[in-house]
Amino acid sequence: MQFVPPARHLLNARDLADARYFAPIRVADMARAARLSPAHFSREFRRTFGESPHRYLLTRRLERAAALLRTTDRSVADICCMVGLTSVGSFTTSFRRMFDRTPTEYRAAHPPASDLALVPACVVRAYARPEHRTFREDSREGALVR
Amino acid sequence: MITIANTQVWVHDQDEALAFYTQKLGMEVRSDVTVPELGNFRWLTVGLAAQPDISIVLMAIPGPPVMDKETAAQVRQLMGKGFAGTLFLTTEDCQASYEELKGRGVEFTEAPEQRPYGIDAGFRDPSGNSFRLTQVTELSSG
Repeated sequence: MQFVPPARHLLNARDLADARYFAPIRVADMARAARLSPAHFSREFRRTFGESPHRYLLTRRLERAAALLRTTDRSVADICCMVGLTSVGSFTTSFRRMFDRTPTEYRAAHPPASDLALVPACVVRAYARPEHRTFREDSREGALVR
Repeated sequence: MITIANTQVWVHDQDEALAFYTQKLGMEVRSDVTVPELGNFRWLTVGLAAQPDISIVLMAIPGPPVMDKETAAQVRQLMGKGFAGTLFLTTEDCQASYEELKGRGVEFTEAPEQRPYGIDAGFRDPSGNSFRLTQVTELSSG
């Protein structure tokens, strides 16, 4: 058996976020997938992928929510639940922070993606995941990172 | 006429990759040759029965002098991070293929999803290489 690069275990954790974003998973679950302690995991994940696992999980959920807003007529509350989040208020706040629009405004502003281009689903997921943003929280970001 | 014969993926362990590509993905071994004169270089290729003329080379990451240690570490790191490339497979029935592969222990990163071009799903090999499994919808012309 050859040496398995440590990044491969971290990729398992990222894949867990991609595959199970709709379930109530947390960073601790991602750490378990990587077989690391939570503190060590968050440090190594950030070093490897350039962002914290918490941020990756949140932006994956928001990307999936944005896709559901574009391609379904489910309510905002439904979509919040469908991407593994429980508080509609927090969802709307995070969504507006990343996409500059509320979920309802975002839906109204976007024609279905299918009208635009036939790009593979993996490309949509990779390129539509929002950049993480904060406002009025910048000074606290370090403390918030998990 | 030029055609594609082999395409190559890096793997971190050829035996593990061979087991995955044959036992889980159902591919056949095309060649498995170890050459003592080349430092036991192992030419290992697999392919799908439906496409006898296209093979995938499961290539071990070499050491010096073929590849310096630092570069090998970078390749290993990129592969482990999942950024070494993607193989795009097609199937006539994405859901059925998904169930079949899942039943053999393939861990999917994306379950089948309806897209404008068809239905597709995603998974990885043990090394971190990503795969798409797509059932392409025939688009009406015009």
